[in-house]
Parts: sequence; structure tokens; C-alpha cells
Amino acid sequence: MSTDTQVYRVFINAPAQAIWDAITTPEISRQYGYRAIADYDLRPGGAYAGRADADMQAFGMPETVVDGEVIEADPPHKLVQTWRFLWSDEIKAEGPTRLTWEIKEQPGGVCSLTLTHELAGAPLHAEQVAGAIEGAGGGWAYVLSDLKTLLETGKCLPGA
Amino acid sequence: MVTYSCGVSDDDRVFKALADPTRRFLLDLLFARDGRTLTELESELEMTRFGVMKHLRVLEEANLVVTRRSGREKLHFLNRVPIREIHDRWIDKYTEPHVTALVELKDHLEGKS
Repeated sequence: MSTDTQVYRVFINAPAQAIWDAITTPEISRQYGYRAIADYDLRPGGAYAGRADADMQAFGMPETVVDGEVIEADPPHKLVQTWRFLWSDEIKAEGPTRLTWEIKEQPGGVCSLTLTHELAGAPLHAEQVAGAIEGAGGGWAYVLSDLKTLLETGKCLPGA
Repeated sequence: MVTYSCGVSDDDRVFKALADPTRRFLLDLLFARDGRTLTELESELEMTRFGVMKHLRVLEEANLVVTRRSGREKLHFLNRVPIREIHDRWIDKYTEPHVTALVELKDHLEGKS
């Protein structure tokens, strides 16, 4: 972990299993954030793909927007995986980055979701996930706050 | 530890945390370079170690700073999510139409449109 690591945390009024499902199942993952459809083989060494829906593809995105590999899956508390964006040769060439999802029960039926993204040697990935690119959404902060809104209210953020 | 009870918004904690120049400076430091130790942050401020710790605790309670252990060190990271939530709640909903109108007015007055 270094200064190239980004950490995001959100408190969600939902059970750990609901948060886990929102991250790992295609039907829920397509309802928040960038609407990529998560396709996980939840075993060490299993493949991950974030697939673009028809709208995203019409926007010029490849069919698979993100690929990666599952390193550790301990449902519903911890998921470690690699993560690589695929929409340009430059960003692909940065190679996989490492992502850790941690879900912890807190007092009062609330869970914290902490996302740690290790981005050494991947400045284009870092810029994208920090939400630093104009017109490219708000990165992880946007995804996690939309996820919270979806789980707590059943609705997505307006205009998303 | 952040406590969270139904019906009570975390916005209060975030606004309170932001209502102090030292704490805003600490966030700016982490924005410029994330994942710093207390010692590194302290070296940027004319303040005792204990004073910096107190401010960092307020930022942690507001969930604006998240700490992770790396070996023997405790690293401080800027968490952008609460700021995003404030943005979605307060800026998008209420301010953006006005901002857009002002920007358009400015463009108009400056003869750009």
C-alpha cells in the first residue's frame, strides 16, 4: 500500500449480504454506478468481467469494459480481485491493478463498505477512478454513493 | 468510529469537520498526496502532534479520512465519498440550475453567445 493507493468508504444501511450481492451479481450491478454488468467466477483464480450494456456500447465502449481475476472471495465480507480497464491500448497496457472490497457489520445494523484500490504504475486508472476526468463520471465515489442510494431507497441517483 | 443512526444525517459531521481551516488544509494535503503518516502531516503544520491527532480524529469521525495499517505505519487516506454525497445532495439538486444560469449570463455579457 502506498501513496498510489486510493481508499473509499461508505456506510450503508443494509445487510452485508445485500451489499455483497450488489457488487457480485449481474442483475443488481447493472442498476447503479456506470451500469456495467458484473460477471464473477467467485473462486481464487476465477475470472471477472465488467460488461457494457447496449447503451454503453453505443457510446463506443467495448463489450467488456473491465477484466480481472478473483484473488480471494470470502462472502459476504471480503473480495480481492484484479481490475483492468480495456477501452484503450494505453489504459490496457498499464496492466492489472488490485482492488479489495471489505464489508463490515457496524453497530446498529449498518455496514461499512471499504474499497481499497492499489494503483501503482497505473496513472490512467488512478485518474479515472478518482473521478478526475471531465465528463467521465465521478469514479468510485460516484459508484459507491449510487450503490448506497440504491440499497437504501431502491432508487438510483437522478440523472445517472 | 463513525456512528450512524437512522434519521440522523452524517452531513452534520461532514459540515462540522469542514468548518475549520486546519482540517481543510489536512484534506488538501491528502488530496495532493494520499496515504500519509501522522508524522508527515504534522511536519506541514505549526501545531503539536496531539493537536493534529485531534483534527484527524474529527475528519475520521466524519468519514472524510480513512486510515489503513501498512506494516507498522498508519496511513491516512482522503475518502471522497462523503464529499460526493454532499455534492449530490446540495450542489446538484439546488445549485446547478442557478450556476448554469449565471454562467450563461456571464457568457452573454462577455459576448460569447
